[in-house]
Amino acid sequence: MFKRLEDAALALSEQPVHIHVDDRPLACRAGDSVAAALLAAGIDACRDTVVSGSARGPYCMMGVCYDCLVRIDGVANRQACMTPVREGMQVQRQDGARGVRI
Amino acid sequence: MTATSTPGRDARAAICDVAIVGAGLVGAAIAYGLRHQTRSIVVLDEGDMNLRASRGNFGLIWVQSKGLGMSAYARWTLASSRLWPAFAAQLREDSGVDVALDQRGGLFPLLGEEETAARVRFMQRMHAQPGMPDYEWKLLDRHQAADLVPGLGPEVTGAVWSAADGTVNPLKLLLALHTVFARLGIAYRPHHGVQEITQRDGVFHLRTPQGTVRAHKVVLASGLHNGVLGSQVGLNLPMAPQRGQILILERTRKLETLPFVTLRQTDEGTWLVGDSQEDAGYADSVVTLPVLATLADRAVRTLPALREVRVVRSWSALRVRAQDGFPVYEQSTTHPGAFIATCHSGVTLAAAHAQTLAPMIGAGALAPELSSFSTQRFHVQKT
Repeated sequence: MFKRLEDAALALSEQPVHIHVDDRPLACRAGDSVAAALLAAGIDACRDTVVSGSARGPYCMMGVCYDCLVRIDGVANRQACMTPVREGMQVQRQDGARGVRI
Repeated sequence: MTATSTPGRDARAAICDVAIVGAGLVGAAIAYGLRHQTRSIVVLDEGDMNLRASRGNFGLIWVQSKGLGMSAYARWTLASSRLWPAFAAQLREDSGVDVALDQRGGLFPLLGEEETAARVRFMQRMHAQPGMPDYEWKLLDRHQAADLVPGLGPEVTGAVWSAADGTVNPLKLLLALHTVFARLGIAYRPHHGVQEITQRDGVFHLRTPQGTVRAHKVVLASGLHNGVLGSQVGLNLPMAPQRGQILILERTRKLETLPFVTLRQTDEGTWLVGDSQEDAGYADSVVTLPVLATLADRAVRTLPALREVRVVRSWSALRVRAQDGFPVYEQSTTHPGAFIATCHSGVTLAAAHAQTLAPMIGAGALAPELSSFSTQRFHVQKT
């Protein structure tokens, strides 16, 4: 659905940043948000909602809608659109609500 | 809200049976309760930028802290909590909305010996009053409280438990009542803040920015605005708003715990932290760091696991209070047909408002059991 601009595709091929999404490697452009990287890779659903369990993905891309929540490096409920990709980052789809350790 | 009115000059020109000023939890519950007795009901609301206590509250059905200084308030509160199961079931049938009623009891957290001693004194003084109703409550020690709350913090030395307490989802309650408006033909009119009320030949004329609404009866349920509007129909009550600030934490999986008066998880997993009380006039548009920090500190001392859970929102809202904090219900003697309903517990008392108060208003007279709540108490000469 989304396609990178030529400059962005070039930057990605010259100096990729490698992350893992649900344990699969994904090459990103330096400066991508996690949400942009997911959308560019064709991953449009990154979580299931807490209340109804329906799929959600990045929407507002500016930190207000909270629909792009993912687990990043073991921390749940991170906003993918507000988090820049970093080499070695582990991103996981979030299934329902985060837990609380008691 | 989802309910909309049917526009039309005819409806506006006619004199309706009852005009309810205020579409918050109090006004909406009364409108719902009047549905069998009254043919035409109009509910007049303001807009979203006005004071919105019904959208800012914590959603407790709370009994154990109510009534010191007026045992009638404790009886009224307990009666409402007992009406709640039938009320919620009927509301679900009429609106299709489940308000997530949970009446498995509630806790007042005690952090340290000093708080415990003060709370026990409070409970004993309250329950020693003549006319206090009986309900099950007790002081729990740390181990008893920990049995009810897995993960209870080490600083919590105990809790006051009551079987009569509970919670609902307050936004779903408001949604349910407004959904009923549309289904039952109750006219809902937003942006109709009432500016002036006059009575001529037994008909009330309510001036609003959208024109005048006429009605045979009027119910003032306009929250903190009831002071101003009440004085126009001979009901004088001093209002004393009290600000509460609330922290909202992100949704988590449900923990099996009873609600605290200060800390609870909603049916959908959101955590609410609250119960601050400040005299801040009418300033509901700011939150303050010292209060929020105190709320957060007490929450993580109560349930340390919440340290890892992020705050996603915070807000202020004003509790609707008359000067002494107790509800006010009365029919005007100078303007018969004008009723007033003011209280800060729009959630707890919703069942009593719909099932007990509204039928009295429909019948035209409040029962003697509500006489303690009249404005007379504010006008006793001090000696």
